[in-house]
Amino acid sequence: MDVLLLQAVKSVATADVNSSINYLPIVLQLLVAIGIVVLMMTGTHLLGPKRKTEDKLKNFESGIDAVGNARQPMAIKYFLVAILFVLFDVEVIFFYPYAVNFRALGWEGFLAVLGFVGFFLVGFIYIIKKGALSWED
Amino acid sequence: MHLLAIDWIFLLEKLILIVIIISISLGVAMYSTWWERKVAAWIQDRIGPNRAGPLGLLQPLADGLKLFMKEEIFPASSNKILFLLGPCLAMLTAMMTSAVVPWASHLHIAGRDVPLQIADVNIGILYVFGVVSMGVYGVMIGGWASNNKFSLMAAVRGASQIISYELAMGLALIALVLHTGSLSLGVIVEQQAHQGYWNIVLQPLGFLIFFVCALAECNRTPFDLSEAESELNFGYHQEYSSMKLGFYLFAEYVNMFISSVIMATLYFGGYHIPFIHIADPNFAALAGFIFLFAKTAAFITVFMWIRWTVPRFRYDQLMNLGWKGLIPLALINLLITAVVILLHTQH
Repeated sequence: MDVLLLQAVKSVATADVNSSINYLPIVLQLLVAIGIVVLMMTGTHLLGPKRKTEDKLKNFESGIDAVGNARQPMAIKYFLVAILFVLFDVEVIFFYPYAVNFRALGWEGFLAVLGFVGFFLVGFIYIIKKGALSWED
Repeated sequence: MHLLAIDWIFLLEKLILIVIIISISLGVAMYSTWWERKVAAWIQDRIGPNRAGPLGLLQPLADGLKLFMKEEIFPASSNKILFLLGPCLAMLTAMMTSAVVPWASHLHIAGRDVPLQIADVNIGILYVFGVVSMGVYGVMIGGWASNNKFSLMAAVRGASQIISYELAMGLALIALVLHTGSLSLGVIVEQQAHQGYWNIVLQPLGFLIFFVCALAECNRTPFDLSEAESELNFGYHQEYSSMKLGFYLFAEYVNMFISSVIMATLYFGGYHIPFIHIADPNFAALAGFIFLFAKTAAFITVFMWIRWTVPRFRYDQLMNLGWKGLIPLALINLLITAVVILLHTQH
């Protein structure tokens, strides 16, 4: 009986890739990783000296006294890149299910994806023509 | 009751594997710092670290101990919680990526087949992508929480660099997935062993794009814009000290190790050894593991070689290469691959 159950569980764990038991070790690894991070952080907290002075706690900005605060707006370009990334990354992710079923879908599927790539390119050419990615002002 | 007992064996097996894999990746990261300095010294006609132990081999231990013994500083104007969270997150994501990598085939211990892969999930590649893109939060949170203009600048630069190169990386991989038809790294390695040649033969351009993107994702020269010390003092981790700084530096090396392993797995056959068949499963697993490590070490050395040879990009050049160079190239590679495979299967 023991052996039979062992076999059953083992086949679930190794053969059936769609089973959610395969994700269990990832949770385990997350716990181990968190454990290591907490351990090392506590270690360095306890081991290091604690002699804080006012000067030591100031921000270092090239050795000159810091002017103002860093909580201020950045260039809009970076924000634009982030927004465009979200758009295009979603489009890239759409390719993955297609790629996995690529052989089964054949030429018909390829033509459909060609249309999708066309839309992708229209958007891509549009943002480049608009100058969204030109960094020299 | 029986089921519970058996689950414990499965968990114990995985726990041992996880501890070994994480220890190895931390150990490799430590010794990468030593190797990096040796490579740099060799390229610049110097000797490199040679004081601590023979050939300076104890240097990484001394460096690690030093980081532990340094004073922990939270700048007065920083956001304390996020300041602590940044490096922890960077380290955590670096340690999580290794979960889906097949390190070797099976070990055969006491009548049990022990797979040397922490989690064989069928979305392996997507998992790697998901975890790698979490790494950007470590950089971003750390840089912002420091409340330092240079750190903020470096963090924003680093974040937009990483997300930009992720697109081309994803597109380059899709061309590979068209061939493999699976996202599981274990299946991809077995396929390469079965078909007799490595995927690099089919996807040389895809590999090149992936490699360039891997350099950018790891913030390695020539793409180390977020650590451009001549422009930004030191980079996003400028205000950090003690092991918090160590985490950022360490995470970079762990990421480099893992991306080398992933490249070896996807394009260079993983643990598969060509032309040699070993009958004993345990010995075969060990040999495969060592072979995978040899490939990985070669990639890490190339990363270092590039760092000490090529100068840094300007920011607009970096963005142009990523968006206007690699993304169209990867898209063309994807379409050509699809047409070739379809024509091939028609016959």
